[in-house]
Amino acid sequence: MVPEVEFRSYYGQPIIKPPVWKTPDVPLYLFLGGLAGTSAVIAPLAELTGRSRLARAGYLAAAAGAAGGTVALIHDLGRPARFLNMLRMLKPTSPLSVGSWILASFGTSAGAAGAATVTGWLPGPARVAKAGAALLGPILTTYTAVLFADTAVPAWHDAHRQLPFLFAGSALAAGAGWGLVAAPTVETRPLRAMAVVGAGVEALAERRMRSRLGMVAEPYRTGRPGRWLRAARWLTVGGAVLAATGRGRAAAAVAGTALMVGSLCTRFGVFEAGIASARDPKYTVVPQRRRLSALAGPGEPGVGKTGPAVSAPPP
Amino acid sequence: MSNQLAGPVADVAGQTGYPDDHPPRMGFFTDTSICIGCKACEVACKEWNLVPTDDQGLRGTSYDNTGDLGANTWRHVAFVEQTAPRRQPVDLGMPEVGPPGGQTAAQTDRDVRWLMMSDVCKHCAHAACLDVCPTGALFRTEFGTVVVQQDICNGCGYCVPACPYGVIDIRPGDGRAWKCTLCYDRLRGGLEPACAKACPTKSIQFGPWEELRERAQRRVEELQAAGLTEARLYGADPNDGVGGDGAFFLLLDEPEVYGLPPDPVVTTRDLPAMWRYAGAAALAVAGAMLAAFLGGRR
Repeated sequence: MVPEVEFRSYYGQPIIKPPVWKTPDVPLYLFLGGLAGTSAVIAPLAELTGRSRLARAGYLAAAAGAAGGTVALIHDLGRPARFLNMLRMLKPTSPLSVGSWILASFGTSAGAAGAATVTGWLPGPARVAKAGAALLGPILTTYTAVLFADTAVPAWHDAHRQLPFLFAGSALAAGAGWGLVAAPTVETRPLRAMAVVGAGVEALAERRMRSRLGMVAEPYRTGRPGRWLRAARWLTVGGAVLAATGRGRAAAAVAGTALMVGSLCTRFGVFEAGIASARDPKYTVVPQRRRLSALAGPGEPGVGKTGPAVSAPPP
Repeated sequence: MSNQLAGPVADVAGQTGYPDDHPPRMGFFTDTSICIGCKACEVACKEWNLVPTDDQGLRGTSYDNTGDLGANTWRHVAFVEQTAPRRQPVDLGMPEVGPPGGQTAAQTDRDVRWLMMSDVCKHCAHAACLDVCPTGALFRTEFGTVVVQQDICNGCGYCVPACPYGVIDIRPGDGRAWKCTLCYDRLRGGLEPACAKACPTKSIQFGPWEELRERAQRRVEELQAAGLTEARLYGADPNDGVGGDGAFFLLLDEPEVYGLPPDPVVTTRDLPAMWRYAGAAALAVAGAMLAAFLGGRR
């Protein structure tokens, strides 16, 4: 057991404001964005390799995921009627602005590709839409990590190197999971490899994140976010193992469902861990204090925002 | 132009693109050593800016029943009660009144001290709220301050967790983000902000930033020379994590005691690194799928 760290605060109140993003809107969007992003790549690859049912399932998932994610994001706004203001400008310093353009472009392409899959109309333009969605799919799965990390939320910001890979692994698992559920087993062999790689990348990124974060990793381990992430681990690893070893349609469906639910749990876990780390002033004060002490050198009082520190009066 | 995302900036408004004849950077110097906790600033701010009422409950922790800065609190007076080692009182030659009935203090080696501090939006040189705002609702004024345009904000809420000080928030029932404007309307009209105008002790001082910094430096030296060695400036250094606060403070204890972060850093400082990692992860995703589909074919 690690001893409780000592720190001072204003009546234990949080220093930063926890995100006001709603649940399930935002974690659901993360999941749908990941699923849609990888499905948009799976579909044309399946089409190229003669897997028509998997291709169809992928195009439909990409379109539905983008549409559902967009609805969730608009519902999350404080003023949903003003959602078009998101495209008022393209602002490189705002991951949400860049992300809105990525989602809008991806959604348009994936929607057109999905419509063409259903109707069979306009095969020429449909090929362009399919290529566009496939090119944007991978960044759609990882830009959301930048969205979270570009905040003062300790558990998100401090994880800005690992979160993109965590989300990438989770998206691979979700996309593979959907294909395993939706397509016959003769077409899903590549998805089995994808599920294993996705689960592995997610597990490695999470491990690395936890060791790098130190005390700020606590919210990922404890409480409700800890439970989400433990459930995610069992479901994702279990799903990947079953996907790799299982035979028959039923095993594939169970594996695919576990992989998708696992990805959803990961998103809820990361979302709630961030909120928990924002609510406790410990995760804001202690790392900043340590940074100041490290800057000042051993044995020196912290020098930083306030100039030379002086010993505080005893409590 | 250098230091777009972090680091010291010589001309905050100029870096945004205002022409050279823009007014100087304006700000607040809040000297907490002379704050009496009257909350006139809170009231004046609410009156002038038509800020709705907050929860009127008693918090039971201190005389501070406002709690924290937020969508409906743009000035917040923090109140801290501490025990401190006894200081030798200066004899002012005034008639003394002792405690009634021969009462004495239980612990004669220490005094109680009250720290009061009027907190406000810091109007950072590198404002994370402004950086991450996707609609352009948040903008930098010609005075170097940071203001929300309420006719554009769509309530996405990104600015809320981006602020390293926990200042800006979504107003319940309204859905948009609100915070201190440093009385942009009054500044445009040549007036000082309502809180500074109402402050009876001049704990809140308004003026050109550079001038305030010199004044604050003199004040902190004066206090330290007078034996108040714990006096320190907070947010007045352009080399700090946010490029210096337009509204900075003289504090008598560690910042976290007042609910302030000890070493805040604008989150967008690391944005280029974040995109590099996200880009690498996206390539890994694409590579994994290409390998799964095309690598397995024999």
